[in-house]
Amino acid sequence: MSVKATDESRRTFLRSAAGMAATLLAPGVTLYAMGDAAAAETAPASAKVRWGLLIDAARCKDGCSACIDACSAAFGWKDTGHPETDPQWVRKVSAKNPETGAGFSVPVMCQHCANAPCVDVCPTGASFKRADGIVLVDRHICIGCRYCMMACPYKARSFVHEPVENPKPDAPRGKGTVEGCTLCVHRIDAGGIPHCVEACQAAGGAMLFGDLGDPSSEIAKRIATYRTTRIREDLRCNTGIYYANI
Amino acid sequence: MAKIAYQKLTDHSAFFWGLLGLHVLVIAAGLGAALYMEHHGHVVTGMSNQIVWGTPHVFAVFLIVAASGALNVASFSSVFNKLAYKPYARLSGVLAVALLLGGLAVLVLDLGRPDRLIVAMTTYNFRSIFAWNIYLYTGFIAVVALYLFVMMDRRVSRFSMPTRIVGGFAFFWRFALTTGTGAIFGFLIARDAYSSAIMPVLFIAASFLYGLAFTVLVLLTMSREVRHELISEDMLGKFRGLFILFALSVLYFTAVLHLTKLYAPGTRDVEAFLLRDGGIYTLVFWIGQIGIGLLLPLAILVFGSGRHAWRSVAIAAPLFLIGGVAQMYFTIIGGQAFPLSLFPGMEVSSSFHDGAVAQYWPSLPEVLLGLSGVSLAMVLTGVALKLLPFLPRPASV
Repeated sequence: MSVKATDESRRTFLRSAAGMAATLLAPGVTLYAMGDAAAAETAPASAKVRWGLLIDAARCKDGCSACIDACSAAFGWKDTGHPETDPQWVRKVSAKNPETGAGFSVPVMCQHCANAPCVDVCPTGASFKRADGIVLVDRHICIGCRYCMMACPYKARSFVHEPVENPKPDAPRGKGTVEGCTLCVHRIDAGGIPHCVEACQAAGGAMLFGDLGDPSSEIAKRIATYRTTRIREDLRCNTGIYYANI
Repeated sequence: MAKIAYQKLTDHSAFFWGLLGLHVLVIAAGLGAALYMEHHGHVVTGMSNQIVWGTPHVFAVFLIVAASGALNVASFSSVFNKLAYKPYARLSGVLAVALLLGGLAVLVLDLGRPDRLIVAMTTYNFRSIFAWNIYLYTGFIAVVALYLFVMMDRRVSRFSMPTRIVGGFAFFWRFALTTGTGAIFGFLIARDAYSSAIMPVLFIAASFLYGLAFTVLVLLTMSREVRHELISEDMLGKFRGLFILFALSVLYFTAVLHLTKLYAPGTRDVEAFLLRDGGIYTLVFWIGQIGIGLLLPLAILVFGSGRHAWRSVAIAAPLFLIGGVAQMYFTIIGGQAFPLSLFPGMEVSSSFHDGAVAQYWPSLPEVLLGLSGVSLAMVLTGVALKLLPFLPRPASV
């Protein structure tokens, strides 16, 4: 009777120990198994990289909103029936020369400036630029003063005027703070590409994402070969979003 | 010159209590409005992603600009040694701090996250003119408090040097503060209506005018309260002259700002909007700021000299303040209403209102919050005048 009881307790002990070891080691094993992607996510942004986009207006079809829909679905900003206050991280801007009638329509989002006016004016440093050129808002220290919105030449930022329901895990959003395109930084850090670019590639292929700082990248080669424009280049913000055929 | 005697407010008339009660009610309404905005979000205001700064900013910036100007009277006495202004120097300092606190309270309560004020006070980006302003504003309160101490402490005030040194420093500081406030707009390179080095100078000229108007109005109200004229006939003439000088300065810098922008083809569109086609903003400029706020009081002051001087000053001062609010409304809201120029020379449109003139109508909570800043400044001044001898005795003026 007593021998059996000892075996029982030994078995219970071994089961608990194995369970505990699995609990403690599993995250490490998982991290190890995920390899480069996880390491990339935790590594600091590199100044050798300058992420950017090239948007070809000639390929951007009128009426197509694939990039906008993908961004909205991914981050949860949407039309709530208040067009004046609803956030828009990316929108299609149509432009027409009033004298010739010729025009174009292109998506406009945060231009991820190297000399970002929003970063300069932000009193708390909530508006900041990563070493790889991605401009973001730290929602933990944004006080909702909206000075960045006053300073941005591209109307790229939105103020969250209403409570946010069910925010997405990759997009911490909150009433009373300012938000805008993150260039899908969470995907880039995991080795992916922005949602808008992915959706556009399926819809028409007007958007190209890549490292502007790497001369061998497709985006850098195209910019070096064809004439491109950046919005309000006269302001010398040195934006990371290039446009062709506008 | 005989030693100046000062007094506290002691006996209170029904008028004083009535005025105080009214201001307290407005403050309560303003706090309620702030809570309402904080709870529901800015969606309950007239503000939007186009007009990001609304009526609370109009009042906040107006009060902050007026605050630095309210210190003028003290500066005239201690920095420029104009002894006639000395009896009003203490009141001038108190009013400056009260107006600044009123403006800052509105600014903070209009933040998207007013609960994060501690973040704003502890986390700084020193490239931001806003961050500099946090130092300039808190520093101003400290410098003026020290200035009041050296003016009022029995031992220190026996010597003129401390007052001159601290007064001089306070004078420098108020210039820096208003420069910083004007630069909030002057540094905005992307907004055609703002981006200009003349904005800080225009704001300094405006601060002289609005600060003096507040000072004169408080003196007139307190004259009623202490049942003696606190402004002598001689001083009334001086204030009248200063009003004319400051109002002409505001007119001059306003003209230079708009003429410069009209001259450059790139900013003609925004000027055409603001000065001709802007609807409510054009009306606010020509009728509010220029007509009611500058030309009418100027005419009243110019033609109302001699025995009419008292009445003309009493009418002109509130008109200048109405003009000040109009100037801020025109500058802050009108400047944002004109669309950003993403593709200069092109006609643009989008679902995000690109290329469209923004619509804005102030909501009741915004107006209440804005007005509560003025009331807070007045209540703080009233309480200060009751607690310490800031007002001159009639024999000293």
